[in-house]
Amino acid sequence: MSAWDKLLAISRRKSPWVYRVGAGSCNGCDIEIGPCMTPRYDAEQMGMLLQGSPKHADILLITGPLTKRTRQAVVDIYAQMPRPKAVVAIGSCPASGNVYEGSPLVDGPVDKAIPVDVWVPGCPPRPQLILAGVAQAARLLADGRTASQRKPAGQTEERPTC
Amino acid sequence: MLSALWQYFLAVSVWPGLLGGAALGLLYLWIVRKLSARIQGRQGPPFYQPFFDFIKLLGKETVVPGGIDRGLFVVLPIGSLAATTLALAIMPVPGNPAGSFQGDLVLLLYFLEVPMLCDVLAGYVTRSIYGQVSAMREALLCLAYNVPFLGAVVAVAQHARSFRLSDLQAAPSAPVTLLAACAFLLAIPARFKSNPFSIPNAEQEIVAGAHIEYSGVPLAMFELSHALEVVLLVDLFLVLFVPGVGTAGQTAALYLGVSIVLIALVTAIATVTARLTVSGAFRFYWKWGGLAAAAAIVAAVMG
Repeated sequence: MSAWDKLLAISRRKSPWVYRVGAGSCNGCDIEIGPCMTPRYDAEQMGMLLQGSPKHADILLITGPLTKRTRQAVVDIYAQMPRPKAVVAIGSCPASGNVYEGSPLVDGPVDKAIPVDVWVPGCPPRPQLILAGVAQAARLLADGRTASQRKPAGQTEERPTC
Repeated sequence: MLSALWQYFLAVSVWPGLLGGAALGLLYLWIVRKLSARIQGRQGPPFYQPFFDFIKLLGKETVVPGGIDRGLFVVLPIGSLAATTLALAIMPVPGNPAGSFQGDLVLLLYFLEVPMLCDVLAGYVTRSIYGQVSAMREALLCLAYNVPFLGAVVAVAQHARSFRLSDLQAAPSAPVTLLAACAFLLAIPARFKSNPFSIPNAEQEIVAGAHIEYSGVPLAMFELSHALEVVLLVDLFLVLFVPGVGTAGQTAALYLGVSIVLIALVTAIATVTARLTVSGAFRFYWKWGGLAAAAAIVAAVMG
């Protein structure tokens, strides 16, 4: 591992920029993400920033059971994020469908559409747990262990040309 | 004695150009983030945060949107970075190996507009609707904040009877210096794109401004160019309005102190204000900025 790779790994661990997407969430988990940036939890201490564009983000925070209407948007947003990137699924819905399980409108779980690196359980999870999930995703990025970094070189997913 | 070519090479690449400017710029950006966090009752990011953000962006993939001019997409951040670096190299700050020359103020004013032009073009080139809104706002805002900005510079140049930065730096303090400094200070928040004039890059409102489609190394270059732009404007304020003292070392210490106070002032204003509309910013700059600029120019012509 060269000095540059080491520096890059530290930088990736210390600077997780996140993008939020709600895939049919009831808003409970989204409300729990907000407090992460407030004085009480202050995620900027560990370098976390909310980004408005998926092209600036390293980590995708996904909430909700993945409804049929949001599925394509989630796949497109994931494809627009530059590599290396990680996905953190917030709450029980992305994993199991939770109370929406069996609904004809739900097309989950999320990892059928995009690879998920960290699962944060809870309905909703507390902000501490969300922060722990982001920190773990940042460590995976630094160690090169996310799904986006494991893919063999040359194999790229489709990008929408918009 | 170094040859002239080496002097310019050092000025562009080391100090006050790329390396020194980047270190200073990242320090300023950290002060901005830390101070606004403290004002909001948060702890804020650690000292090295802007540096790690920059390195991380260098290691990211560059995604070029489909259907746009690839060459122009890549050239814009390079142009923005090159212009700010070259502008820094001609600033007569302590320790600059290259000397000041006749007319360098005009060259500097030209370089100062290049990052703005690159941002506007970047907004239109990427064909993102948010980028276009941001580009339009930035182009409009430049017609507003340049009223006090250019007014201040013209007043000081008239006072010193020269377009040479070292002459402006050496000009004795007079009432015109104070008036021009006020006009210059009015223009600074809009030039930094910080609140209440964060209209072009309005985060949350138009997503991510003109750089919305940029990622990886080009985005890192835009971020670095913004950091250098902050250093450049602070340097220009110091050169125009802060008189030097004693030795070069003492002047450098005074400059550093004043620059940190200036950054803290702009940050405090940004933290306690909300974003204005374009028309509100226009009214502010043409009324109060125009008044300050007119007063400074009148004082310069009378004195």
